[in-house]
Amino acid sequence: MALAALLGALTIASSIALLAASAYIIARAALRPSIADLQVAIVGVRFFGIARGVFRYLERLVSHEANFRLLARLRVWFYTALEPLAPARLAHHRGGDLLARIVADIDTLEHFYVRVLAPPVVALLIALLMGVFLSAYDVRLALAVLAVLALAGIGVPLLTRYLSHEVGQAMAQTRGELNTALLDGIQGSADVVAFGQQAAQLARVRDLNRQLSHWQRRMARIRGLDAALGALLVNLATALVLALAAPLARAGQIEGVDLPVLTLATMASFESVLGLPMAFQYLGNSLAAGRRLFEIVDEKPVFAAQDYLLTQSTPSNFDLVFENVTFRYAADSPPALDSISFTLRQGRRLAIVGASGAGKSTLVNLLLRFWDYEQGFITLGGRDIRDYDPEHLRNWIAVVSQNTYLFNTTIRENILLGRQNASETEMVEAAQQAQIHDFITGLPDGYNTWVGEQGLRLSGGERQRIAIARALLKDAPVLALDEATAGLDAVTERNVMAALDRLMEGRTVLMITHRLIGLQTMDEILVLHEGKLTERGTHAELIRSEGLYFKMWSLQNERLR
Amino acid sequence: MHLEKRLRIGRGALTLTIGLGVIAGLLLVAQAFLLSRAINLVFLQGAALADILSLLAALLGVGAARALALWGGEAAAQGLAESVKTDLREKLFAHILALGPAYTRGERSGELVNTATGGIEALDAYLREYIPQVALAAFVPLIMLVTVFPIDLVSGFVLLLTAPLIPFFMILIGKAAGALNRRQWLALSRMSAHFLDVLQGLTTLKLFQRSRAQIEIIARVSDQFRKTTLDVLRVAFLSALVLEMVATISTAVVAVEIGLRLLHGVLDFERAFFVLVLAPEFYLPLRTLGIRFHAGVAGATAAQRIFDVLETQPEVPPTPDVQPLPPPSFYIRLEDVVYAYGDRPALNGLALEIRPGERLALVGPSGGGKTTIGQLLLRFIEPQGGQITIDGLPLNRLPADGWRERIAWVSQNPYLFNASAAENIRLGKPSATMAEIVEAARLAGAHEFISALPSGYDTLIGERGARLSGGQAQRIALARAFLRNAPLLILDEATAHLDPETELLIQASINRLMQGRTALIIAHRLSTVYNADRIAVIDGGRVVETGAHEELLRQNGVYRQLVTAYAGEQAKPF
Repeated sequence: MALAALLGALTIASSIALLAASAYIIARAALRPSIADLQVAIVGVRFFGIARGVFRYLERLVSHEANFRLLARLRVWFYTALEPLAPARLAHHRGGDLLARIVADIDTLEHFYVRVLAPPVVALLIALLMGVFLSAYDVRLALAVLAVLALAGIGVPLLTRYLSHEVGQAMAQTRGELNTALLDGIQGSADVVAFGQQAAQLARVRDLNRQLSHWQRRMARIRGLDAALGALLVNLATALVLALAAPLARAGQIEGVDLPVLTLATMASFESVLGLPMAFQYLGNSLAAGRRLFEIVDEKPVFAAQDYLLTQSTPSNFDLVFENVTFRYAADSPPALDSISFTLRQGRRLAIVGASGAGKSTLVNLLLRFWDYEQGFITLGGRDIRDYDPEHLRNWIAVVSQNTYLFNTTIRENILLGRQNASETEMVEAAQQAQIHDFITGLPDGYNTWVGEQGLRLSGGERQRIAIARALLKDAPVLALDEATAGLDAVTERNVMAALDRLMEGRTVLMITHRLIGLQTMDEILVLHEGKLTERGTHAELIRSEGLYFKMWSLQNERLR
Repeated sequence: MHLEKRLRIGRGALTLTIGLGVIAGLLLVAQAFLLSRAINLVFLQGAALADILSLLAALLGVGAARALALWGGEAAAQGLAESVKTDLREKLFAHILALGPAYTRGERSGELVNTATGGIEALDAYLREYIPQVALAAFVPLIMLVTVFPIDLVSGFVLLLTAPLIPFFMILIGKAAGALNRRQWLALSRMSAHFLDVLQGLTTLKLFQRSRAQIEIIARVSDQFRKTTLDVLRVAFLSALVLEMVATISTAVVAVEIGLRLLHGVLDFERAFFVLVLAPEFYLPLRTLGIRFHAGVAGATAAQRIFDVLETQPEVPPTPDVQPLPPPSFYIRLEDVVYAYGDRPALNGLALEIRPGERLALVGPSGGGKTTIGQLLLRFIEPQGGQITIDGLPLNRLPADGWRERIAWVSQNPYLFNASAAENIRLGKPSATMAEIVEAARLAGAHEFISALPSGYDTLIGERGARLSGGQAQRIALARAFLRNAPLLILDEATAHLDPETELLIQASINRLMQGRTALIIAHRLSTVYNADRIAVIDGGRVVETGAHEELLRQNGVYRQLVTAYAGEQAKPF
């Protein structure tokens, strides 16, 4: 990186030297010496003319290389820090938007070196060079030029920064409001139109749009100062050099030939500081981006990695026991789970039903050790799950949840996530059992079809079947179904349930649902209400007791009895 | 291109920008003149400081004037950008609203939001930097040529001959580099997309113990990107090198050429120095244009997308011959209605009647066309065949806004605006008093949770405000419908996302809302339709069965199949 800055400085030094040497040739030629006297300078001019281009080329190459290395390192650093935090510590950050912002923030930081760090270093090196060069003639010259350089490189950016502070804030605020109004109008357009609010929404956008425009105009008047003052200061420096050098030349302290050389060298040196106001702006952006990233990275994981008692051993059975488990997401929030106890023997099936927000999904999150619980304990195979390495623990549990995430890659890769080293036959078999094989082979590229945001959009039922195929490949002894059929229409739901039946065969099943269908085959049903267990029993028992379960069940089956 | 047409709106600002740029160029010439005169006086005529003080003062004066011109030029350029952008953004948003929900639906909405925000801002650099620079790159070098030619013919020719090399190389490079840049940008956005994908799927990766392995993959992908991109850049930068070389070597050629002629006494120093000072400035506007060319390309791409949207014709054309609205109690008839999304048919000659005061439920497999019927009644879309009549009047002859006032619509995903809870409910009736809003919230069962929000009815909700659960959002939508107090109620899968316990609570509100109104209930959840007066089963874009619940069960058709699929074995609980 130092190399890149050095090359950047050499580029500007070359153009200073080019103009200085050119001035020297002309000035010397005006005195009509022999052509031999000019030879060195002529060679110099040609050399610097070429050198500038070459140095610029090398500088770009080196700085981009540095940039890309930085980018790779930043991503790895951030991912490494983020990985232990997911999903518990990221839950309160909202969905895709935050993640998209993270990616944008990292892209901003990627330019930190080229746009923020390098320009001041280059400017400093050039200032140093000019200082030495001018001192050789007269210290006052050096001081005068350095002072004006400092004014242009530091004074002007600070001034415009100070002036633009308030406008910048007002602008960001207005821009945010405008973007929200546009978002409301576009994403909420059905509601806007249905309620006849087009004119009102349009007026809102128009008003904010004009406000933003007003602030941007004001901002331009401040930012315009950068270039204007820069140009003025170049003239000031030139005039100062001439004013100081003229008496020196007259007194014979410097040669007359030096006069044009000094003037042009001074003018050329300003190239190094004129980019600094921009660097200041990027600095602001980079700091904001860095601050946001550190806010996330500095969060503590829910539990620290440690040496686990049982690193390699597999338990002799997979009996799952919750004993008086109480859990809150935050210290001041009501308990998501309140003294929950149940036993699920290996090979048995347990359903947990209740309203959304009743804490059903929390159970799965605790079992997977995405969150840590404080009261009570959870055991698997007779051992506290905290004794297992979480990675191992998750090995024994397959999850099919409502929100199946499909990666932007082929269907094959998405299914193989279940078991990386599965053979083609095993994968196809899993897809067949999940009843998705025929659908996949019907696609133009079969298993190599791309899915996700940039590829094929799959329907809810198809996504769930891919999730089932993944779980089949994983072949874990414990199966957690978290609202696996929510949001599907009745016919699709029925088909997905059929595929799930295959998956449930021979496994220990923890099923979370608010759709009260197919629960007759469950060995036990727990009804969760606001974090508490309010009813438990088999389907038949719960129907007979005519409690909450019965009411919910009736609603779904009204008039069908 | 269309953007040029739009530029007319900022013509004054554009003229001012270019005018000030030309003035700044003229002042640059004056500056070079003063400078060479002052140096000449001291260097060759032994003048004292006092002799050149007036020249130096003039130099500062010219510098100040030039600073003013540059400053004014930037302000004027921003003015140009602002007038075009403001106008374009308003037009774009108005047009998107006119295109309506049929156009903004689904995945497209995100992209449209980006176009209206970022896309318009991408024009900023294009308008502010690129457009004026095109004119300045032509005018400013011309001014300098005009001044240099009478002073030194040879240098004039050198400048004249080398100048076209820059645009020539620029176009040559621009074409090659444009493709390269696009490829690099694509590679970068792919890498970013991969990173985003991994972050979004992090929980899934953890479930399959694949999250740690990603560290290595991210490093590898980034590194690969670095290597391939650098190979591309090595070539791309080489072309930039050529461009840079033309400018610097030309300056060097001018310096040597005038130096040699000075030596032979053909030229005097003052003129020679004047030409030398101007030479780099002569190439500068051309090089700047080269640098800003990129912003130009990006802006043109963004503009293209904006004009694509602006040129899209709204699906619902303005009504030429508006009829007065019928009384609030009306018959709705859909006759032989055909509608297709692109080449995917939704309705296929559908016939349906909605009688005043009845509760009509639409059921059927998803994709059968139920939601399309609601969209047609709301006039988000127009039938492509057949017609819809209200008391015998064609729907498309009624005033759209007035007609929509007769409808209260509760959808599956009601949109919550970034406004207070009260404002969100007020949408149902903009003139509503606070008391009316609270009453509507009470009827919808929303009053309790709204009162529990940090600032009650004044709490900001929506994307940037307090997050409401699906059931709460649905209750806000119901409150809007209560406030609307319209004769026709359309419930489009209003409880689809809710669990039975929440549904139980909301169902009571819905029943209250339906009282005394005509209700069209669209559902794939059969539990919400049992109480309807009539059920129409829609399949393949047509009505296949109609009748009450028991009647349809007896028919042993599609409805029966749906019911059995829905209830599973539970039809017989014991």
